[in-house]
Amino acid sequence: MIPTQQAVLDGDKMAMARLMTLVENDDPKGLDLLRKLFKHTGKARIIGITGPPGVGKSTLVFKVAQAFRKMGKKVGIVAVDPTSPFTGGALLGDRVRMQDLSTDEGVFIRSMGNRGYFGGLARRTGEVVDILDAAGMDIVIVETIGTGQAEVDVVRTVHTCCVVLVPGFGDEVQTFKAGILEIGDIFVVNKADKGADKVVMELRAMLDLAVDRDKDAWVPPIVKTAATTGEGVDELIKAMDGHCGHIKGSGRLRLKAVEKAMRDMDLLLGEKFMAGFMKKKGMRERFEAAAKKVANRKTDPRTAVERLTG
Amino acid sequence: MVARGLRDAGFEVIYSGLRQTPEQIVEAAIQEDVDVIGLSVLSGAHLTLFEKIMGLLKKKKVKDVLVTGGGIIPNEDKEMLRKWGVGEVFGPGTPLEDIVKYIRKNVRRDLT
Repeated sequence: MIPTQQAVLDGDKMAMARLMTLVENDDPKGLDLLRKLFKHTGKARIIGITGPPGVGKSTLVFKVAQAFRKMGKKVGIVAVDPTSPFTGGALLGDRVRMQDLSTDEGVFIRSMGNRGYFGGLARRTGEVVDILDAAGMDIVIVETIGTGQAEVDVVRTVHTCCVVLVPGFGDEVQTFKAGILEIGDIFVVNKADKGADKVVMELRAMLDLAVDRDKDAWVPPIVKTAATTGEGVDELIKAMDGHCGHIKGSGRLRLKAVEKAMRDMDLLLGEKFMAGFMKKKGMRERFEAAAKKVANRKTDPRTAVERLTG
Repeated sequence: MVARGLRDAGFEVIYSGLRQTPEQIVEAAIQEDVDVIGLSVLSGAHLTLFEKIMGLLKKKKVKDVLVTGGGIIPNEDKEMLRKWGVGEVFGPGTPLEDIVKYIRKNVRRDLT
């Protein structure tokens, strides 16, 4: 059953879910429908939640979603977990923390395996966000894989990026160095009941050091939460609203939209050229033969690629 | 255990947690657009649970999803489950390969 455009626009969950599957599998019919839906996107507010494993991202997503539901907003959630590079299998467990929202009419939760794609998201997470957007979700929350490093992809997909950390991560400064300082619009110190003041202080100092800012630039707030009890979630929502207002007022929102388009197009360009290249007659064999030569040190990778493309 | 084994066999497994209501299970299955629902029932309430789930799937017009499961289920109950359209149910100690093989053979979803 190919879902109809109208069903997806009406927020029919079965239609949305099926379209997501088709898009994730690169099914041409699904991709056709996605093209048509695109003009209906661009309305939802997209929020990213990222951070190392075990900091409570899923629980926080659940609480934030709940808070938005109380305001009458419809909420879509995309939760990305790692796929095993060896078997292609994945255990997607983010839903466990959110099951209480499962039966809420105004909530749609989708899990995705990253299927070998790096950057903290899955290859087609941008498209799943688009589907939720087109289906009339007011808020879309994207939860990244929890590696805590170089998950820069999420920045180009969301409007507001929240980086979640916890106290007691050992060498806190090390965590902060790993490229996550630059991607946070909001920093959340979760499990704050376990003594967050030191982390907050260090984080503040690092942020002031690391990021060059204009006078009217956004200064990332640091919010202390205890997701399990819901403490601090209201402040977090306020910070999110504040950032949303800021990017609207400063013109950043337009820029962000262009960044997301670039992310999606970058990916597609890469895929298209790669696919076109590999489709050339005998290319797969030549490619493999060249790899063997490189392995034997008969040539080097750059020379090999130049020869294949030349 | 089964979830991990299926992952290692190359499946994407959505683990929904313990003690889910039939409504939650069916809703998760819809939103995740799954091929298979696997229920682990050890509470003895398997008949009620499977009946409710099969009923909800029908009500929501979810077709072609293979419903299977595991637990300690008496033979006469298995007969009943089969009548409702439930697939094989596996007893404790079933080798994982059997479950994988069964699922591979019986997933019959035509996505488009």
